[in-house]
Amino acid sequence: MGRAGGRRRDRLRWSKLYTFSCFRAPATDEAVGPSSAGGAVGGPGFSRVVHCNNPAIHRRKPLKYPTNYISTTKYNIITFLPKAIFEQFRRVANLYFLLTAILSLTPVCPFSAVSMIAPLAFVVGLSMIKEGVEDWRRFIQDMKVNNRKVAVHKGDGQFEYKHWEDLCVGDVVKVEKDQFFPADLLLLSSSYEDGICYVETMNLDGETNLKVKRSLEVTLPLEEDESFKDFRAVIRCEDPNPSLYTFVGNFEYERQVYAIDPFQILLRDSKLRNTAFIYGVVIFTGHDSKVMQNSTESPSKRSRIERKMDLIIYILFTVLVLISLISSIGFAVRIKLDLPHWWYLQPQNSNKLDDPSRPALSGIFHLITALILYGYLIPISLYVSIELVKVLQAHFINQDIHMFDEETGNTAQARTSNLNEELGQVHTILSDKTGTLTCNQMDFLKCSIAGISYGVGSSEVELAAAKQMASGADDQDIPLRDVWEESNADGIQLVEGVTFSVGNNRKASIKGFSFQDDRLMQGNWTKEPNSSTILLFFRILGLCHTAIPEINEATGSITYEAESPDEGAFLVAAREFGFEFFKRTQSSVFVREKHTSSKGTTEREFKILNLLEFNSKRKRMSVILKDEDGQILLFCKGADSIIFDRLAKNGRMYEADTSKHLNDYGETGLRTLALSYRLLEESEYSSWSSEFLKAKTTIGPDRELQLERVSDLIERELILVGATAVEDKLQKGVPQCIDRLAQAGLKIWVLTGDKMETAINIGYACSLLRQGMKRICLSIPTGDQVAQDAKKAAKESLMLQIANGSQMVKLEKDPDAAFALVIDGKALAFALEDDMKHMFLNLATECASVICCRVSPKQKALVTRLVKEGIGQTTLAIGDGANDVGMIQEADIGVGISGVEGMQAVMASDFSISQFRFLERLLVVHGHWCYKRIAQMICYFFYKNIAFGLTIFYFEAFAGFSGQSVYDDWFMLLFNVVLTSLPVISLGVFEQDVSSEICLQFPALYQQGPKNLFFDWYRILGWMGNGLYSSLAIFFLNLCIFYDQAIRAGGQTADMAAVGTTMFTCIIWAVNMQIALTMNHFTWIQHLFVWGSITTWYLFILAYGMTLRSRDNYQILLEVLGPTPLYWVATLLVTAACSIPYLIHISYQRSCNPLDHHVIQEIKYLRKDVEDQTMWKRERSKARQKTKIGFTARVDAKIKQIRGKLHKKGPSLTIHTVS
Amino acid sequence: MSLSGSESDSLASRRSKKPKYSKFTQQELPACKPLLTPGIVIGAFSLIGIVFVPIGLASLSASQAVVELVDRYDAECVSANDKVGFIQDTKTDKACTRTITVPKPMKRPIHIYYQLENYYQNHRRYVKSRSDKQLRYKDSAHMIKNCEPEAASEDGAPIVPCGLIAWSLFNDTYAFSVNKKSIEVNKKNIAWDSDKSNKFGSDVYPSNFQKGDLIGGAKLNDKLPLSEQEDLIVWMRTAALPTFRKLYGRIETDIMASDEITVVIQNNYNTYSFGGTKALVLSTTSWIGGKNNFIGVAYVAIGGICLFLAMCFVVLYVVKPRVLGDPSYLSWNKETPDHPN
Repeated sequence: MGRAGGRRRDRLRWSKLYTFSCFRAPATDEAVGPSSAGGAVGGPGFSRVVHCNNPAIHRRKPLKYPTNYISTTKYNIITFLPKAIFEQFRRVANLYFLLTAILSLTPVCPFSAVSMIAPLAFVVGLSMIKEGVEDWRRFIQDMKVNNRKVAVHKGDGQFEYKHWEDLCVGDVVKVEKDQFFPADLLLLSSSYEDGICYVETMNLDGETNLKVKRSLEVTLPLEEDESFKDFRAVIRCEDPNPSLYTFVGNFEYERQVYAIDPFQILLRDSKLRNTAFIYGVVIFTGHDSKVMQNSTESPSKRSRIERKMDLIIYILFTVLVLISLISSIGFAVRIKLDLPHWWYLQPQNSNKLDDPSRPALSGIFHLITALILYGYLIPISLYVSIELVKVLQAHFINQDIHMFDEETGNTAQARTSNLNEELGQVHTILSDKTGTLTCNQMDFLKCSIAGISYGVGSSEVELAAAKQMASGADDQDIPLRDVWEESNADGIQLVEGVTFSVGNNRKASIKGFSFQDDRLMQGNWTKEPNSSTILLFFRILGLCHTAIPEINEATGSITYEAESPDEGAFLVAAREFGFEFFKRTQSSVFVREKHTSSKGTTEREFKILNLLEFNSKRKRMSVILKDEDGQILLFCKGADSIIFDRLAKNGRMYEADTSKHLNDYGETGLRTLALSYRLLEESEYSSWSSEFLKAKTTIGPDRELQLERVSDLIERELILVGATAVEDKLQKGVPQCIDRLAQAGLKIWVLTGDKMETAINIGYACSLLRQGMKRICLSIPTGDQVAQDAKKAAKESLMLQIANGSQMVKLEKDPDAAFALVIDGKALAFALEDDMKHMFLNLATECASVICCRVSPKQKALVTRLVKEGIGQTTLAIGDGANDVGMIQEADIGVGISGVEGMQAVMASDFSISQFRFLERLLVVHGHWCYKRIAQMICYFFYKNIAFGLTIFYFEAFAGFSGQSVYDDWFMLLFNVVLTSLPVISLGVFEQDVSSEICLQFPALYQQGPKNLFFDWYRILGWMGNGLYSSLAIFFLNLCIFYDQAIRAGGQTADMAAVGTTMFTCIIWAVNMQIALTMNHFTWIQHLFVWGSITTWYLFILAYGMTLRSRDNYQILLEVLGPTPLYWVATLLVTAACSIPYLIHISYQRSCNPLDHHVIQEIKYLRKDVEDQTMWKRERSKARQKTKIGFTARVDAKIKQIRGKLHKKGPSLTIHTVS
Repeated sequence: MSLSGSESDSLASRRSKKPKYSKFTQQELPACKPLLTPGIVIGAFSLIGIVFVPIGLASLSASQAVVELVDRYDAECVSANDKVGFIQDTKTDKACTRTITVPKPMKRPIHIYYQLENYYQNHRRYVKSRSDKQLRYKDSAHMIKNCEPEAASEDGAPIVPCGLIAWSLFNDTYAFSVNKKSIEVNKKNIAWDSDKSNKFGSDVYPSNFQKGDLIGGAKLNDKLPLSEQEDLIVWMRTAALPTFRKLYGRIETDIMASDEITVVIQNNYNTYSFGGTKALVLSTTSWIGGKNNFIGVAYVAIGGICLFLAMCFVVLYVVKPRVLGDPSYLSWNKETPDHPN
């Protein structure tokens, strides 16, 4: 009982206060019959029937709908094996290996079957295990969602908790505050008397402001558990579809039919906010729900390098087929012409594999043999090694302590290891805003009251600029990084006499309040000259809002449920200033006022007469209230331009000062609002009030226009009080990170669902925009009537805007001029059309920064695709919400921000990090390393296998193309698997050209990736040529050495085993020397692997020589080769001959065309960075791509500005300081 | 308060997810980072040169010290026009006498080789055709799977040793006399010891060998175990190339310069049908084996090239010096000012 009573108390009828958008005139609902709005219902595409509160019907046909169980896995237990195997053999290379494995069971194969099948099984098995583990993770995630609990009506007015997955269409559910909706629901009633509720749709569209939903009038009485005892109704509506913003359906209840529109629909994955509970009936479950319909299967992505590698593999395939053809033709010719004479082969007893009477057939059989024999050109182990290396690289990413977030306890996660090297080649970053760049938390930072600016806390831009100025560094060579690194000091004194304090050290950690100024705190404001204006200012803060206070009964502290975080910040600020809003009733707002710190508090009640709430068109909100003295006041807060237009003649006292402050605030990226008030005469109000009431009860489409007009009448003749500046709190380290990414030469686009002003503010805060940047705004002019050719007109106007913008960019002479493109969602819709998108993209690529606002999730994905395909470079999308999923999946690399609620983005992503700032390390350090590692590794792999594989081919020419290999089967098998795999894996896992610090200090090094310096055709062909040379050297040198002569003093000659083993020894030495020359970085692991591989080879032939299985290799090392000086002499000769060309190449390159990392290595090696620190610092500051965005560019501009000021009014500043 | 309790729990669990610091996981293992400084480059090339040239000269001189006599006899030892018919006729006398004059003194031991050309011992069909088990173990006579087409006699009994290799055993024989005085040819220890002791059984005797219609090469003494049939053991080590030499025996006496060696050759082996050649080789050895100038020349050549390269690099560093770690070579310092972005 008590619970129900408690609930009653906070029931408010919001419709009395709210006037705009969310409410239609109540009459409209009932007026609609099935024929009008629901005309389509029942027709094709609108066949769904839901029997409310009767889920049993939906458990069987014909109205059986899927359950609420969701599954995003690719496989299940039964389909895993066939499907995963199928997936594996869709890779051409694997198919080739499978074929060879099958053929190895026939006598055609030159090797034993095991040596062909085992590696394939290993590779495929490993990949399948990887797939399996990834899918298992998805399954666990699904289970977590499926096992969430929700209260479901089980009959007789009783509710019980059930798993989400057990939910059925038709179930009545009760969702409580801050819970997610388990399915798409029809809202029946809420804890508010008029059936409204607040919904946060961040997971759907990324918008952070709450949306108001409202139930049908007729279901309002269903407000208690008991009332569902006999509730019966039928919903007829559209079939499942992915459109988030539409809904067509009818609600049949008590023999009446009501139309349902999207206002009554609560979508799965959105969240109930500011509302104690709601009742709803399930319409769409599981995969039928709109959000699931929106989800697309995550595409499997492959990195650029891997795609290029495929191309190389095709080339090698061609080579393979070519040499196989040569072999088989040679074989056929030999069979036909020579074999009949080779009596020692008993040609008369031939089988069909080498039948001199049918050489063509034998040739064809031999082709297969040759394809298998030369298969070493296409290394199966390449795939295994790359998979393995990538998994290990991913492990290092996961383990990186510098990407661990203490707050959320999350590490960076490489969710797929396919794209590690792609991280090193990113060209454009597309970033979401809310939750990615910002925390979605507002901090009250500054205010301007009566023309005086208060608040000494400073934004990060000011801070760094000040720091640099103060340090007296006249040249700009001092890297800014140092400024940041040192900025943990408590604060510094700037010439102007203002103390700047550092963000981290802000005194009190009150959420939403970072204001610092003793002039206003602790009641000191009463001593300020304009204390009455200040009082008004605080009252406006405390009264002009739509929030509800929530008292924590244990501590007595109050938190606020506000529609937007700005509003919450204002209320917290008002509370801190001594104006604590603590209670709201139907008609009044109660504030506890405490004017000075010594005096006690007084409770004041203000009667709310009207509330004209905010919407994006009005850009202002007002409240009309009556204070205890009976005075009627109108408080209005809104965008400065709007307020300034509405000021009274006598209300402009502070306009000049305030607007100057507003500019300053805006420049530092703060969100500003102007506050004003107006005193109303009783008579004036009552006449307006009646008109307003009339407008409010208007029925029909022009109701809103009416309301707007009437509101406009009263919101005039305002008196300016001041302005607020709220910091949209950026995530930690975001501006720095953006700055460095910009210096690394990356382009950054911001795509946000938020409105343009907010986006621009954030642009400023992140230094993507700055004063002096030429801004090109693309938007569709509003105010057009619903004309036939509106679309065409809009398009033409946009076309013109783009053309103008391009013209402007083209005509710009100043090389330092920067352009910023800001585009609105509506304009973007046109700009993304086929005929315009290239124009748009061209303009966008010319601009230093691009910000897209009001973008839908679909558009985000489309923009990403446009950039990806239009520029043809690697794109990276980063976001945190479900609305970013499309873009994350579309981009070459998708990065999800984890830690915030909602896992959709992370689930769809390839990498997840918990803070935007970790992106820098992920790209600049891990990306750079992984790119180089994989590129070098693949090049080396091709080298190694060409060097090895071709020797087999050359030997064929000397063995009558018979398919005999000069090497023992076991050597060949072990070559890739054991003898040469570990060094190349260690190259792929541990190689570092420069250390991580240097990667971060020299962002320009990152450009080696996007420019693809390490995997271009020049390099690939160079390595292949090197492989060809090595194979020739190894084969022919050995051939000449072991041609026919005795090999040792004992007079013995070399047989095939001795020649083969010597050649193989040379190969092992040559390829390992090569990798040793390639590596820049030897830890004990590399030493162990490289030298260990060579040692292993000797140990292997030693051990292998002990067994009789080894045939001719029995005791090969101990008896035959070991005591033979020629063997060792030959090894040395061939190894040197193979290494010298590469050694010449790298020596020459380093001495004449050193790359950046070479020079830096030398500086480090010679410890020049320690000896000549100024040079080191200078180079660090220069090691950046020319960029016009980012903090550094911004600070440069700021410094110029401050210098200019100092020159102008130097002396006056000192006076200011004294006063 | 229960709330704070759970909070500290979650804090602890968050902490526990923190990766443990280790130099390995953070990729900060101490490493040596060798750098190709001019000194190292010049040093490396010089070193290779300095090491290689002496080795090359030593090999050359060793090779020069070897005395080698090669006598191709396949053409001369057959007078008939139908060479193939002659060689295949089992009844004709195939003895052939050759005289060789020794140009330089030859120190013992003098190795005797037969050299075949254009003979594909490395043909896959040939290499495969043997049974190691059978050669090794008495009980494995039936393991003849790989020996086709020379696996079993017509009545199905396994041939020991089976396969094409054994079947085509070389069967020319040489008898030597120096200055008309016949000398002994030592045919012991011409095979590797391990072959004799481990790969060819001392209790395995030839059976059914060369008993079929087709007779390939030499016959074996049925009374001797395989481990003592050294000619077979040498032959069974297939050569890598179609031109090859195999050890026939050794002469354990010194031969003076201008001595005359007379060889009586039983010219039995058919190289005529496939156009191969046969030669008798007498050679002394040194530490690098037989007469092998190539290795010495190659060493001297590579050593010379390296010394030359070392000089080139010296010149390069003098003509176009670059101070190590000179920042002006960094790409951002090289960029021309009008470079777009």
